[in-house]
Amino acid sequence: MHITDILVTGEPIIYGAMVSMALVGIALFFLLTYFKKWGWLWREWLTTVDHKKIGVMYILSALLMLFRGGVDAMMMRVQLAFPDLGFLNSQHYNEIFTTHGTIMIIFMAMPFLIGLMNIIVPLQIGARDFAFPYLNALSFWSFFFGMALFNISFVIGGSPDAGWTSYTPLSGAAMSPGPGQNFYLMGLQLSGIGTLATGINLMVTILKMRAPGMKLFHMPIFTWSTLVTCFIIVFAFPILTVALALLTIDRIFGSQFFTLTGEGLPMMWANLFWMWGHPEVYIVILPAFGIFSEVIATFAKKRLFGYNVMVWSMIVIALLSFLVWVHHFFTMGAGAFVNSVFSISTMLIAVPTGVKIFNWLATLYKSKIEFTVPMLWSLAFIPSFILGGVTGVMLGMAAADYQFHNSYFLIAHFHYVLIAGTVFACFAGLVFWYPKMFGHKMNERLGKWAFWLFFFGFHVCFFPQYFLGLDGMPRRLFITNVVEWLPLNVISTVGAFGMGLGFIVFVYNVYYSFRYSERETTGDSWNGNGRTLEWATTTPVPYYNFATVPYVDEIDPYVRMKEEGKTTFEESKVKPIHMPSYTGQPFIMMAFLGLASFGLVFEWMYVAVFGLLGGVVMMIRRSFDYDDGYYVPVEEIKRTEKKARGL
Amino acid sequence: MANSKKRVPMNHVIGFVLSLVMTLVAAWAAIGSDLPVTWIIIGIMILALLQAGVQLFMFMHVTEAESGNGHVPWNMMFHGFALAGIIVAGSLFTMSFGFDHDHGGGGGDHQQHEEQEQQDHSGH
Repeated sequence: MHITDILVTGEPIIYGAMVSMALVGIALFFLLTYFKKWGWLWREWLTTVDHKKIGVMYILSALLMLFRGGVDAMMMRVQLAFPDLGFLNSQHYNEIFTTHGTIMIIFMAMPFLIGLMNIIVPLQIGARDFAFPYLNALSFWSFFFGMALFNISFVIGGSPDAGWTSYTPLSGAAMSPGPGQNFYLMGLQLSGIGTLATGINLMVTILKMRAPGMKLFHMPIFTWSTLVTCFIIVFAFPILTVALALLTIDRIFGSQFFTLTGEGLPMMWANLFWMWGHPEVYIVILPAFGIFSEVIATFAKKRLFGYNVMVWSMIVIALLSFLVWVHHFFTMGAGAFVNSVFSISTMLIAVPTGVKIFNWLATLYKSKIEFTVPMLWSLAFIPSFILGGVTGVMLGMAAADYQFHNSYFLIAHFHYVLIAGTVFACFAGLVFWYPKMFGHKMNERLGKWAFWLFFFGFHVCFFPQYFLGLDGMPRRLFITNVVEWLPLNVISTVGAFGMGLGFIVFVYNVYYSFRYSERETTGDSWNGNGRTLEWATTTPVPYYNFATVPYVDEIDPYVRMKEEGKTTFEESKVKPIHMPSYTGQPFIMMAFLGLASFGLVFEWMYVAVFGLLGGVVMMIRRSFDYDDGYYVPVEEIKRTEKKARGL
Repeated sequence: MANSKKRVPMNHVIGFVLSLVMTLVAAWAAIGSDLPVTWIIIGIMILALLQAGVQLFMFMHVTEAESGNGHVPWNMMFHGFALAGIIVAGSLFTMSFGFDHDHGGGGGDHQQHEEQEQQDHSGH
């Protein structure tokens, strides 16, 4: 086996990518060595079990993936606006739309939200870390190696090209030979371990580690959305795990679960995939709803309208999310009765979602709105998301769906819900909680530029796509030089580049704010409008979060704490704090499993077995690991708090 | 740790070995044995039930006492069964394509089940 056998050759764009990846790699290596930062990287980041640092790593990875997926998107848009240019060939186009979809859902949206949950949820409920900090680090590294595995596919071995849904029989061994589809299966499988573990971890954290007195219905709404999301994760992800495993066995070991030869059922893949896939879209939208609720309540300076109803509507959405999956493949050809059942259950979801929309509007009603950057994202979300929601109901009508199915109408619909919902929420949440993470705010003026560019770019890009769909343009098509489609496609591409510009301004803002933003002096960063416990901590948040955990018996406890002059540091009550020790084991264990996955991708069984054995050895080591953490002495807590609070 | 006195949890070791053995027996039944298909399926189903029993009683918390919120393991198992019901009944319902030639009108899950078996062999 020679190295050129597995490298992807013959594409100038990919050669360019290889060169730039090599250059960035060399530059990073050089910088870390020159500034002697290798030890720092290992001690402070690779071995950390601190939920705040893990959250930051999640968000950095997600931003990187947003860049990667965004470049994919813009390459597609260039091809569609100038179909005669020969910018991409069909194979390359197939690979790009596949990786765009997979990366944006699995490696961008989820880690972005999980990163925010990591940082904020323990702070909101008065916990000092996750219930299982070691497992949390394990989750991150499994996601990270899964992401790395999926991303190297385009330079080594070739990317998957069967769409992010990876439908059989197309994705089976007969029709997609070679490692491409295996990258999809193993990358998702590996990162799925992490997602499932995070679901369990956060669920236990929220159920067991809340501040004294805090009942479930006292929890901040973002924590509630996280809890509901965790239930969906725990119930939905095993379905994906099983489906991926079955397809892996089909492809690598020659079984026949999803092939007609051998009496398999190809449509069973679609069925299992969407049984996970539909709950998955609620996994990425419910936390977004939570973020918007927090931001809107904070900058409307009011308690969230209809808190209980908000919670119950999320629970109802979660239940319904398991009962609608067939609407993704109405055109499979099932009879009228089957499709009608799922058509009705789909439309039912609009009810609790509508309730939430009205509650946000009622929160804003007659309030003194402060138009900060996170608030702009949240306000923009409401009308944009409604456009996505209304077209969703249209798609939910089974009879009409035979027209809309797999057209650009559908593409416009799900980008309207996923971008206006999830991506806006990611930006809103990141800007909102940025001071908690890094000790300074993001620049407001640049933030507004980023917002307006992205907002207009988004609508210019995706609104025409509804009409492209109605004009009959199908998705996943790379030659589109039909006269009626061309103008709309060009407009759409202009919008896509507007979004790209917005993203660049956003990233530049990270750098600019790091250099020039004022450092925060108080923990309550947004003009003292914080309502929940995370704002009661100092900025930067000490590694043990709370010196003393306050007693909570209401929603928005920090409002009353401020009135009564209470803080999270009551000197007389400080006791030694039990904290978990840092460890490099999660990183090493997941590196082994990443190697095993890489071996399976190329079906090099010796590599796979070696990696798996390494993983098992690390698990055995963990079983005999009796490190119970350490105690932070009272003196150190008092010193840290007094310094942070300027006492 | 709560009971760090007991360094070797025998219960777990036995359970682990049992579940490995049962998995290997199931794999052998499917790949290596000459048993008739019906018996393989029956055998694997029985092994699956035993496997679930081992997991629930030797690893999970079924034997745990009731706490403030009722018997928590049972509550969680209820959710699990509900989901399993959705997955199995829902898949059968969907993959039957809703074509019922043998029963008049929309049937319940049991009818769908029978149709599914017939569909599998003749439908495609």
